Amino acid sequence: MQENKAESKEIVREEMAYEPYTIAMGPQHPATHGVLKLDLELDGETILNCTPTVGFLHRGVEKLAENLSYAQTLPLTDRLDYIASMANNVAYSIAVEKLLGIEVPMRAKYIRTIVMEMARLTGHLLWLATHALDIGAMTVFLYCFRERENLLDMFEEICGARLTTSYTCVGGVRQDVTGHFLESLHAFTEDFPSKIAEYETLIDKNRIWLKRTQGVGVVSAEDAVSLGLTGPTLRGSGVDYDVRKHMPYDAYPYVDFEVPIGSKGDVYDRYRCRMEEMHQSNSIIRQCIEALPKGPICAPDAPDLVMPYGVQKKVAADATFASGVIKLMRDNEHYIDGDVYVSAEVPKGELGFYFVSDGRGVPYRMHIRSPSYIHIGALPFMCKGQMVADVIAIIGSVDVVLGECDR
Amino acid sequence: MEPLEIARKLQERFPDQVIEVTECRDQVGIVVRKDRIVEMLRWLHDDPSMQFNHLADLCGVDYLGKKDVRFEVVYNLYSISRRHRIRIRAQVPEDDCQIDSVTSIWMGADWHERECFDLFGITFNNHPDMRRILLPEDWEGYPLRKDYPLDGGGKNWKGYDEVLEKSKRLRKYDFYGQYQDPTKKTGLEEDAREQS
Repeated sequence: MQENKAESKEIVREEMAYEPYTIAMGPQHPATHGVLKLDLELDGETILNCTPTVGFLHRGVEKLAENLSYAQTLPLTDRLDYIASMANNVAYSIAVEKLLGIEVPMRAKYIRTIVMEMARLTGHLLWLATHALDIGAMTVFLYCFRERENLLDMFEEICGARLTTSYTCVGGVRQDVTGHFLESLHAFTEDFPSKIAEYETLIDKNRIWLKRTQGVGVVSAEDAVSLGLTGPTLRGSGVDYDVRKHMPYDAYPYVDFEVPIGSKGDVYDRYRCRMEEMHQSNSIIRQCIEALPKGPICAPDAPDLVMPYGVQKKVAADATFASGVIKLMRDNEHYIDGDVYVSAEVPKGELGFYFVSDGRGVPYRMHIRSPSYIHIGALPFMCKGQMVADVIAIIGSVDVVLGECDR
Repeated sequence: MEPLEIARKLQERFPDQVIEVTECRDQVGIVVRKDRIVEMLRWLHDDPSMQFNHLADLCGVDYLGKKDVRFEVVYNLYSISRRHRIRIRAQVPEDDCQIDSVTSIWMGADWHERECFDLFGITFNNHPDMRRILLPEDWEGYPLRKDYPLDGGGKNWKGYDEVLEKSKRLRKYDFYGQYQDPTKKTGLEEDAREQS
């Protein structure tokens, strides 16, 4: 009797050992940060192959943009990377301004730089919170959301919305910042470095954290460039590529900051890069507050729903207000035949907009180069040969948002 | 290197492939034939004076009724070490809707090309996994083509009728009588109509 049992166990073991099997991680898995599905082909707990499935959030933003004016598309960009929507607004605006040849006033440039860096902080704080939560450090989550809440309150003060901000417009920003906002932001930046130190005491020397992150998901510098990675995910591998330095826009040429770079390209290095980036963002915000010039906040010739100053009288003479606005949007001398590709450094990486214009007030074609999409495409490369638990750490470390990925 | 200089060098190297060089807002685009696209891009990637190692963007454009050749595949290239950029626009005619894949040069081109296939129907030869990516596998048509309607042509999505049937079948579990038939008008609307 006993012999039989032993035999059957042996058979079961043999069958299990040599058959790779597939499990589906997602789309409702809490650690995949959205509706991302990964089909993992496993041998034991080692990953042989990983196939991501995306598109659950596809809304056809590019098709919609072909039928909307440049100003009307701006709110759609909030819905791309919805945890740092200010950065998307700025990226979209600079792309349209490049296409239409609009020069933005200095004050607007500085304000945009401030909100962009605030968006970077909100993005990185949410990344740290969820990344640590995935790996098992629960307390960090609560600490990060405390500071993120302060930043979101400040967003609410300048534009009335916490997440879907739509704060910038083509040619500048919609509303000027108040003295109270600048004061509270200044107080925040004075306090914030000590808060980062607080997070670091929780995880930086934690042995579990180090074991889960060091040497996991390694990408060499060459592979990272070939895969098209950008942002902190690329810089963790030791490649010095930051759009803010390489193709400066807004007020970045006038501020002094460093680009932190890793060396090994593992999950830990990407984590360190983002933590250092938060220090740099903090410093950029402080410099911008000090140097904030006075003046207008919107270019006078911007074709936007916000009435440009120079043409207000002309529009008022029209029969109805609405038709005047539409006329302004459609028959503006800015619109040219041609195409431009402009990118900006958002928390996730390089967010690029490629516009083809045929001289009308709507884009003929708009393509969004979203960093999350490319990063998820690189997941199979990173996950191969790793353990199932490491997949969670890797997804966290590349910092993806599915709203941006699926568009 | 100045972008126009790059365009000139590419023209010298591949004189029969370059059709025209366009310039818009200081950005230079080179319109090329699709036949030797991989060779051209590999040269741009490998040549020591070019070193275009970062494929910033790859997308399709549909010029229906605007140009003789309907589609274009646009490669936005950037060199991280040399800090210059260039745009290559490969023409793809409608009756021969395919182009060679560049995944052998940049690994990251994989998903870009799948997206382009998904939304434009341009097939990429030698691609490792040419499937739809953003849309479901049984989707009909290519939405970013200019002749595809914005509202989807008024059709319901696949499986809509089945879901409606199923909801009717499941009505027997409605223990608290809270089910409302979405196809019927609610009482409030009928009241409003009577009053008006």
